[in-house]
Amino acid sequence: MTVTFQGQQYRLQEQETVLDCLLRHGVVIPNSCRSGICQTCLMKAVSGGVPGTAQKGLKQTWREQQYFLACSWRPEQDVEVALTDEKTLPHLEAEVLSREYLNDLIVRLRLQPQQTFDYRPGQFIHLQCGDDNTLVRSYSLASVPAQDQALEIHVRLVPDGRMSGWIHQECQPGQQLLFSGPYGECYYMPGHEQQGLLLLATGSGLAPLWGIVRDAIDQGHTGPIRLFHGAPSADELYLVDELRRLDEEYEQFTYIPCLDGEDAGDFIVTQPDLFCAGRVQDQALEYQPDLKGWRVYLCGNPGMVNEAKRKVFLAGTALAEIHADPFVSPYSA
Amino acid sequence: MSESVYDRIGGEAAVDAAVDLFYRKVLADDRINQFFEGVDMDRQAGKQKAFLTMALGGPHNYTGKDMRDGHAHLVARGLNDSHFDAVIENLGATLTELGVPADLIGEAAAIAESTRNDVLGR
Repeated sequence: MTVTFQGQQYRLQEQETVLDCLLRHGVVIPNSCRSGICQTCLMKAVSGGVPGTAQKGLKQTWREQQYFLACSWRPEQDVEVALTDEKTLPHLEAEVLSREYLNDLIVRLRLQPQQTFDYRPGQFIHLQCGDDNTLVRSYSLASVPAQDQALEIHVRLVPDGRMSGWIHQECQPGQQLLFSGPYGECYYMPGHEQQGLLLLATGSGLAPLWGIVRDAIDQGHTGPIRLFHGAPSADELYLVDELRRLDEEYEQFTYIPCLDGEDAGDFIVTQPDLFCAGRVQDQALEYQPDLKGWRVYLCGNPGMVNEAKRKVFLAGTALAEIHADPFVSPYSA
Repeated sequence: MSESVYDRIGGEAAVDAAVDLFYRKVLADDRINQFFEGVDMDRQAGKQKAFLTMALGGPHNYTGKDMRDGHAHLVARGLNDSHFDAVIENLGATLTELGVPADLIGEAAAIAESTRNDVLGR
């Protein structure tokens, strides 16, 4: 029996774990307790059925995606494994259908996959662009398969960003792009329809949450769904009208746009019922100080995500119920 | 061999219940939370679970060397006995909150105590 990892085959001894096998061959795999508890040796199976014993304690979303603990899997057949941040999925093609500005900085790109592509709103893809496909960036999916035929991504123009610059300036409808996916575990899961959902985004971190909110409503979520979207100023928010309409239409959904730039205070004084003054992580906690039993989604700049993660955890959210923007992989701690 | 505290309080399910509680206490404790700044919370929670499992006498493969290597960067940042005491205190408070009897908490504290010199690199 063999374990295949990064294109190499390693002979597996009788009753040996994937972790021991790789370590024995000199492959460096992060590990700590080697007892199936600390989850440091988290990996992903590319082939070979993962037994439940190797997934003990993992989040449901990770189990679904064949994540396993390398110290706890003693394969009884040939297997192929990968680190959780490796690009393990095949490349697909998509045609650019449209490109429109959602505000001065953010473009909505609609892409039509040329092959069957199953995903959950909020997951992300690796998109290849540029003249020779050398640029690869991750973008979250804002579309909902039940409502949208095409894939939707939101691309923020990053100063000197090669990829976003290319998308904003050169990308045209009709072009074929390569992508792979879906990746990530930041998506809605049915089964707890009455649970409170708290969603915090800054900037284009709204993309996955725009998908997740509509998916949750579609799937009959009845518990409160609170979306806080933060930006320095009102013109850096986007989808404001669409979100306000959704707020009016669905009683369980509340949209709270937050402005935290220098001039935001003066601006809000004139329109106090339209915007909140302050950062999303502060506003959300003020609005909902006790988050016991809630599920939380955090997407946007790492500073906000990390601070909010700590805050919502201290406010009572179980760690397993906090889904953060997945661009930071488990291996980049 | 007598049954471990781990088995007597309900094994892995009990530890799962304890992890969030314990980690929340540690993060809220200003005496020690500076050591957790910038640490990936999911990965850290896994370590907390492994620590609790060990302290309760459950299955683990940690050695004294693991404890030394794993905490050396914190010792370099000033980790000392007072911080270790604070962790033991949070461990006790967590188990108390979960209704674990005092004598079993004493056993858990004793196991944690036995790692003190390795953790502090002495």
